[in-house]
Amino acid sequence: MMQPGSEPELAEMVRGAEAPLRIAGGGTRAASGLDATLSIGGISGITLYEPGALTMIARAGTSMDEVLAAVEGEGQRLAFEPWDARGVLGRDGTPTLGGCVATNASGPRRLVAGACRDSVIGVRFVDGTGTAISSGGRVMKNVTGLDLAKLVCGSRGALGVITEVSLKLLPGIAATVTLRADGHSPKEAVAAMSAALCTPYEVSGAVHDPADGGTFLRLEGSERSVDYRAGALAAALGAPDDWRREDGPGPWTRYRDAVDFAGGAGDLWRISVRPSEAAGLVAALPGRWRMDWGGALIWAEAPAGSDLRAAMPCPGHATLVRASAETHAALGTTHPEPAPVRKLTEGIRARFDPRGLFSSMSG
Amino acid sequence: MQMPEPDPAILSRRSAVIERLAQVLPKDALIVEPAELRAYECDALTAYRCPPLAVVLPGTTEEVSACLGVCHEEGVPVVPRGSGTSLAGGALPTGDSVILGVSRMREVLEISYPDRVIRVQTGMTNLSVTGAVEDDGFFYAPDPSSQLACAIAGNIAMNSGGAHCLKYGVTTNNLLGVTLVQMDGTVVEIGGAHMDASGLDLLAVICGSEGQLGVVTEAWLRILPKPEGARPVLIGYDSSETAGQCVSDIIKAGILPVAIEFMDRPCIRATEAFSGAGYPDCEAMLIVEVEGSEAEIEEQLGVISQIARRLDPVELRVSGSDEESARIWLGRKSAFGAMGQLGDYICLDGTIPVSELPAMLRGIGDLSDKYGLKVANVFHAGDGNMHPLILFNANEDGELEKAEELGADILRLCVEMGGCLTGEHGVGVEKRDLMETQFRPEDLEAQMRVKDVFDPDWLLNPAKVFPLAVSAGRRALAAE
Repeated sequence: MMQPGSEPELAEMVRGAEAPLRIAGGGTRAASGLDATLSIGGISGITLYEPGALTMIARAGTSMDEVLAAVEGEGQRLAFEPWDARGVLGRDGTPTLGGCVATNASGPRRLVAGACRDSVIGVRFVDGTGTAISSGGRVMKNVTGLDLAKLVCGSRGALGVITEVSLKLLPGIAATVTLRADGHSPKEAVAAMSAALCTPYEVSGAVHDPADGGTFLRLEGSERSVDYRAGALAAALGAPDDWRREDGPGPWTRYRDAVDFAGGAGDLWRISVRPSEAAGLVAALPGRWRMDWGGALIWAEAPAGSDLRAAMPCPGHATLVRASAETHAALGTTHPEPAPVRKLTEGIRARFDPRGLFSSMSG
Repeated sequence: MQMPEPDPAILSRRSAVIERLAQVLPKDALIVEPAELRAYECDALTAYRCPPLAVVLPGTTEEVSACLGVCHEEGVPVVPRGSGTSLAGGALPTGDSVILGVSRMREVLEISYPDRVIRVQTGMTNLSVTGAVEDDGFFYAPDPSSQLACAIAGNIAMNSGGAHCLKYGVTTNNLLGVTLVQMDGTVVEIGGAHMDASGLDLLAVICGSEGQLGVVTEAWLRILPKPEGARPVLIGYDSSETAGQCVSDIIKAGILPVAIEFMDRPCIRATEAFSGAGYPDCEAMLIVEVEGSEAEIEEQLGVISQIARRLDPVELRVSGSDEESARIWLGRKSAFGAMGQLGDYICLDGTIPVSELPAMLRGIGDLSDKYGLKVANVFHAGDGNMHPLILFNANEDGELEKAEELGADILRLCVEMGGCLTGEHGVGVEKRDLMETQFRPEDLEAQMRVKDVFDPDWLLNPAKVFPLAVSAGRRALAAE
């Protein structure tokens, strides 16, 4: 496996590559970990951190542990709450910033704080011609030229190898409160979560877990603020006695990393739909499921190799998270695109990767 | 500022092109009379003007597609236009181009509170989107100063921001989907009421592409429940370093205000004379606004006041009522009008890392002395988005050029400090020729590759964003 130690070294390797490359960060995700031919682990380190400006720049191979330790050390956080795929994919390895950005890995807080791409304010990457390209920078307001940084975010290595990322950070959180109600039908759960998200109380997590029987709402902020909002939110939801309050971290890390689906036999999908379609969708699903993002995200298990997308009764998209390499190849990791969109996507891929070196990426 | 020469072959076919456009449009949607075309000869960057070949004002996505199809077949460049409020010349025509305005497309197509989205035609103004949902307690977050007039189409094209984006983000963070019409008339649906892209995030490049990739006719926008309340505190200091320190200390303390606005002495004096807001006469002033319930506001303002006091302010005024809040905001909101009273001005839009604020202000002061032109500073301090206002006299020969040179030097300094040329106004024609100070040739090449895919003939919004010399080869090839 090739392990460049710097961006110029990486660019040289890409220019010299004679066969398609499979890029890996820490080897924790998708199919890329097992048969990787290029690791970015050697391009590592935080290069700039300004807590007073809420910005950090780090190389792509930097471990998420290192990023989070630095950020938390200053009482700050990553707004998008990156999820750790190791448990659900049954992998070890060390998640990296590059892998996180390449998969746009966003947790429960995505519904209020945006996805990973919304926190990415700059990227450097090496494209398929071996050219290092820079887009964006270290300032959080920047409309100079086309925003390739956000295009690369979530591109799963299809446009090139990310070498450096600039992130916008948020202040940390002093207190977390979770409200829990039981016994909701899917429709009732979506209605309750939507109602909560329509209040001004800044709900930062909304999960419905039919296996556990609970609907969960999260509030984050200062002690006084979450205390007030917990009371106001329960009252606004009509039946305050139905909502039980729990102080402290709550179940959010477990839900973020989808460990409730770890070790399952079937394939695992992440489905993105509008919340008002969520109840209808879960009724059509063949296996276990759970709602996040107030119903906008559905984690679903399906029999191995079956095309869950065919069962979707509504617009949206489904991404294959865990399946055999054959299933990834047969069904596609990401959702098929309508013809005019596919034409644009393929055009962009062809221009950034004219030799097809990353053709096996993005799955 | 250089614009490409109009193509004589297109000019000679003007009546044929107009005839074909007339076939696909209602009669009143086509403007060809020279006197009427003058209304479209510039946007809010009024220093540059050029009447277009014709103006089309389609009322539907289908009509937009038909118009673009005609222009594509005829090889006629098209300049998309929202409300024409661009400060960067983003909608400046060329003599051989057709202006495509979306101003007739103003329908709300769908509102869904359970999904917290609104779908609109993009000719709607920014403020009217909030207007459509505010009675139900919602708002659309991006709030550019021109929000009364500016169109969503322009907001998407320029990735507009506003005073409150420190907390809520800019347009790209609040846009879920678009209907985009490509130059050849192809209609593409990207995104929707659901979140995120499964494949490549095309919305990311469409938003902020300044009309280079297509015409956005419909958009899915995220709407948010209105906060319970908001209140500002006004803090004055005798040095801009201290004010900069205060901004940094507030952020480090874990408070995320919705807005942190900064004004320097020239700007404070001008707005005070204009509005009588009761501002202190000091070197630097901050307005910091927080949101939430009464108790939450009290708590946050308490922490901010404590931080501010440690730095020995010359004034610290916490608003206790809506009237006091309005008074604190009065001067800031009339800043641009107040500066207008002093003479002509150019408004810049560079962004710098917040930590460089004091050094940047010193640098601007030095440049101002060098050019002998006054500069006043008013900006969004929380995110480092500066708006230096260069004062000059347009009636004096050469002053505009001198002011533009000073502006270019200030923007170069922004880039040197680790920032960028434009934080929320866009590149347009205004900053086009400075792009090479921020980007290396390979960075611009990568951006132009995306344009090649969406608009292979390089007909959309000519002569914007990319320096003419940099795009010359592509444009020549496309013209063959």
